[in-house]
Amino acid sequence: MNDSIAFFSGFGPKDLWILAQAAWQTLLISALSISGGTVVGIFFGWILSESKVVGAITIGFILDAFRSIPLIIQLVLFYNLFNVIGLAVSPFMAGVIILGVYTSALVASVARGGIESVGTPMRRAGRSLGLSYFQTMRHVVWPIGLRAVFPSWVGVALGVLKDSALVSVLGHPELLKVARDLITRTQQPLLVLAVAGAFYFALSFPISRYAAHLERKWQS
Amino acid sequence: MNFDYTFHWRPVIRKLPELLEASLVTLQISVLSMIIGIGIGLVLALLRMGGPKYLSWIATAWVETARNTPALFQLFFFSFGLGAFGLHLTPYFIVLAGLSFNNAGYLAENFRGGFQAVPDTQMRAARSLGMSATQAYTRIIIPQVFRIVYHPMTNQLVWAVLMSSLAMIVGFRELAGETQAQAFKTFRIFEYFAVTALIYYVMVKMILGISRLLSWRLFRY
Amino acid sequence: MIEIKELHKYFGALHVLKGIDLNVKKGEVLSIIGASGSGKSTLLYCINGLEAIQKGEVKVDGVSVHDKGTDLNKLRTKMGMVFQQWNSFPHLSALENVALAPRIVKGKSKSESREIARAQLEHVGLNDKIDVYPSALSGGQQQRLAIARALAMEPEYMLFDEATSALDPELVGEVLDTMRLLAEEGMTMICVTHEMGFARDVSDRVAYFHEGVMEEIGPPEQIFGKPESAHTAKFLANVR
Repeated sequence: MNDSIAFFSGFGPKDLWILAQAAWQTLLISALSISGGTVVGIFFGWILSESKVVGAITIGFILDAFRSIPLIIQLVLFYNLFNVIGLAVSPFMAGVIILGVYTSALVASVARGGIESVGTPMRRAGRSLGLSYFQTMRHVVWPIGLRAVFPSWVGVALGVLKDSALVSVLGHPELLKVARDLITRTQQPLLVLAVAGAFYFALSFPISRYAAHLERKWQS
Repeated sequence: MNFDYTFHWRPVIRKLPELLEASLVTLQISVLSMIIGIGIGLVLALLRMGGPKYLSWIATAWVETARNTPALFQLFFFSFGLGAFGLHLTPYFIVLAGLSFNNAGYLAENFRGGFQAVPDTQMRAARSLGMSATQAYTRIIIPQVFRIVYHPMTNQLVWAVLMSSLAMIVGFRELAGETQAQAFKTFRIFEYFAVTALIYYVMVKMILGISRLLSWRLFRY
Repeated sequence: MIEIKELHKYFGALHVLKGIDLNVKKGEVLSIIGASGSGKSTLLYCINGLEAIQKGEVKVDGVSVHDKGTDLNKLRTKMGMVFQQWNSFPHLSALENVALAPRIVKGKSKSESREIARAQLEHVGLNDKIDVYPSALSGGQQQRLAIARALAMEPEYMLFDEATSALDPELVGEVLDTMRLLAEEGMTMICVTHEMGFARDVSDRVAYFHEGVMEEIGPPEQIFGKPESAHTAKFLANVR
């Protein structure tokens, strides 16, 4: 009886708080890299859609490489590159930058699809009304294209939220790194993993629900 | 900013055979996890479309867990999590189980979409010719589903190759694990990971190229 | 001979067929006309065993279709069926579309089933489309392919479910010509159709369905000339 109490006391309420803080780190890393990566990615996507040949062989090629190399390799590689060139970057910053660039590569192809989903006739219609190029972009291409690719963008964002777990290889105490340390200390892997899993669920579920809500609103 | 690092590529080049051998391990475990994932994914898809209630509930839980938690989390489950039940898998089986679990979850959704995309009337037409349900499935429905899920399946294989690099964290020496082991022996971390990044890139492009060639042969319609 | 006795069919609470009695003799061509939703197509599915029935009986050459012990797959080889949506198998070439069932259902050899397929494609006038995939065929050609596919099983009955309804107007003719050809060759046919010209010229008998009931059946001269039922008269007045 006493034994079992001692066994279960390994994971206490304090540890729940530690995991919650780690989940906050995960959220922070994800939010920063998703917002930064989205802005940059939309810009890249716009270049790709406007200059097919030059765009494809320059940034198109580079962005494709980011999608074809495991994120964990990219993290170790660039974190060490920062060290090599003498740039003092914390694991957190490095994680945000690398994850952000990775996000921008994914967003670029989504954004490009969105811009191209708005066909030439529709743009011509905009131009024929006397709208400038940027006015057409702002008032025609942007709202229509945004709705077309919004679900894909949500998919990218949820993917990045999950991928942020890999920043743990740089030693930053995000959710999964802390969970792993807690497992070593408490020897209660199932409980710790269940709580960590619940935190991931709690982070991603509202996003996918809100996205579904937005999609429904736009359809009606 | 002081730049006093000199690149040393020679040690990496010397270990290239080891890296290439490890990349074969990467391919092997990825392909194997795909085969297992396809088998289980098919069952999960069929269960979700019309299995007994509790089985379809399990299938849904599997699919949602695979899709909504980090792959690394799933890998941890197969290492530490199963350890709680006194089940200690070798690093190889931890990675294989983790990848297969993830593949099955994602593929199940692809398969479900594929089955729903083939009209019911195809089944009726096949049955009206006297085909049994099994014949109609294997000759008419599945070939059409296969075509629909072919590209998603290729993407999943690429994803499996990329995901297998997580093996590095649980100490299995496929390409990423081998790279890490070699890199930390020599402290040429950047050089090793740069070469490995290139190898991954080439592997992914090869898979996509072969898949495209195959699709020309497979689908003439 | 196809014998239908007191046939009732429900979709949930919906009573689709309300006691149908009908016999179709060998060599006969029967056309079934009526508004959509009158149960005509459902009747074909019941004859073929693609739909279960709730009451009554359907017998094909003395074998009860909905008996548990009946080998439906074997029975269905006696009845070719052509659908409104032609349902060609998109992953198979025209020849393979036709040759598949003789091979895997009837167990004919590969070369024999290809021979049969070739003959049937020629029969419906598609001899120049043998290696073409359905996506490259017009609707009319796909529907003729579907007819050839059914004929390759050497059926004794052919069931046509609004075979021309989904076709562009200019493609209807070629399919009706093929159906006429079959009728002339003595095939036993049940055609659910909206083509009144075809029903009048080709059929031995015409049946008019109204809300799940067979209102009237008789030779085309009777149905189109002096219908006994007021419903029939009204329907025909509207479609003309």
